[in-house]
Amino acid sequence: MITLSSVTKTFGDAANPVRALDDVSLSVASGEIFGVIGQSGAGKSTLIRTVNLLERPDSGTVTVADRELTALSDRELLQARREIGMVFQQFNLLDSRTVRGNVELALEIVGVERRQRTARTNEILELVGLEHKAQQYPAQLSGGQKQRVGIARALASRPRVLLSDEATSALDPETTDSILQLLRSLNKELGLTILLITHEMDVVKSICDSAALMSGGRILEHGRLVDLLSQPGSQLARGLFPLGELPEGTSTVIDVTFVGLSSERPVVAQLARTHHLDVGLLGAAMETIGGAQSGRTRLELPGTIEQHTAAIDDLRAQGLVVEIVRSGR
Amino acid sequence: MIDSTAPGFWPQLFETLLKATGETLYQVGVTMLITLVIGLALGTLLVVTDRGGILERPFGSIVAGRIINAVTQTVVNLGRSIPFIILMIALIPFTRLLLGSAFGVTAAIVPLTVAAIPFYARIVEISLREVNEGLVEAGHSLGATRWQLVSKVIIPEAVPGLIRGFTTTVVSIVNYSAIVGAIGGGGLGDVAIRYGHQRYSVIHIVAVIIVLVAIVQIVQVVGARLANRMSHR
Repeated sequence: MITLSSVTKTFGDAANPVRALDDVSLSVASGEIFGVIGQSGAGKSTLIRTVNLLERPDSGTVTVADRELTALSDRELLQARREIGMVFQQFNLLDSRTVRGNVELALEIVGVERRQRTARTNEILELVGLEHKAQQYPAQLSGGQKQRVGIARALASRPRVLLSDEATSALDPETTDSILQLLRSLNKELGLTILLITHEMDVVKSICDSAALMSGGRILEHGRLVDLLSQPGSQLARGLFPLGELPEGTSTVIDVTFVGLSSERPVVAQLARTHHLDVGLLGAAMETIGGAQSGRTRLELPGTIEQHTAAIDDLRAQGLVVEIVRSGR
Repeated sequence: MIDSTAPGFWPQLFETLLKATGETLYQVGVTMLITLVIGLALGTLLVVTDRGGILERPFGSIVAGRIINAVTQTVVNLGRSIPFIILMIALIPFTRLLLGSAFGVTAAIVPLTVAAIPFYARIVEISLREVNEGLVEAGHSLGATRWQLVSKVIIPEAVPGLIRGFTTTVVSIVNYSAIVGAIGGGGLGDVAIRYGHQRYSVIHIVAVIIVLVAIVQIVQVVGARLANRMSHR
């Protein structure tokens, strides 16, 4: 649905160039929620702004819904933007308009006639649960309500793609959760493709199907979450399952990741029983990620890794992902 | 010297003041009507053609944008830098060309308008610049044309500031309209000069001051109320 191909963007002058996007390629499938995560300054804001060409890349192409935006004329681009909704961290609602007025703005811009505007606005406000606030002004709303108006406005003209620029970063945890659930349900009910950027792993964890990790203007890794989890050395997977610091010592430490059904297997007991190992549990985390129950366990085994080849092969044969964190001495 | 005890003095004073107030209001009213339209347009042009503005490249050319911006800046600065009394005299030939006469109540509208437009244009510029950049961005994301951005986002969001600035401009123009009275522009300034200055009538001066203060007060209060009512922050 969204494809960025070798996109670069440099800010600043020739003497002090800042590479905000460094040869970024990315592909978001239709109907999925794709999260781009990174620290501030990683270039994720620039990235999302290139998708509807609020920021025009220096080179590379941007394609949304089979239309190459970077090749469009100014007029055609306006048309294309009307099919891409966007929500912002600071909501960016017009203070001068009521909730209804803010949503209608999107329809006025598209040129929908008055009666249809009213009908569509009622419909979309109901969808985000704000039909009773239609006549209020943004200043009278809470942060979460403001973002609901932002979402309603972005979706009023029935776009197929929604861009979310840190939509929940200005909200408290509970409100964040309710907005994320709203995005999730819009994604399911409307088949909406969502590309979001965030600096919070929890956002990725709770609603994303796929994710990309960004740093220094580059995408370090990306993919479907379930695939990333079973990819040894994945930084995203490590972020999704924080297991803490590695303790001092000379023992062998392994991370075992379960994706899907295998999470129900009694791994520790099995290692102890079948391989007669004294297994120490250093950490564990269970999450529902990308719709699948997943978990990661950090285990401590006595002795060197060579002594445990058989046990590890056994685990791998069961579809578990085993990563050797430290080889004992 | 005017004798305030003479029969008919007070009714006459009242009639003179009423007529002069009407003239002043007429001058200021017409001036502000023209100023609203042209000042708003010039102020908007200043903002949108500036670097990073939404009309930075009119007709796809950055050079055109720079030129339009520079010309507008110069026009506005020129109008702002000439003291009103000099502007008024300098405009006499222009006014005559435009209206056939350089003096009189209507003729005075020309220098008043020329003074008011750049003044208000600057205020418009300041108000529009205060509109949150994020709203323009939201407008872009909705696929708004440049005209839609100006007419549906930028100007409506700036309305409270535009009203307050308009009030300030009205007060300045009431002030200037008294000056045009000195060269035959009529109005309250004319009364102050003819009766107060030339015929030493303190009562006339005081009466003119009272009316002027009242006008300014009303304009201020109405302007502030309106601005607050339009502000939903």
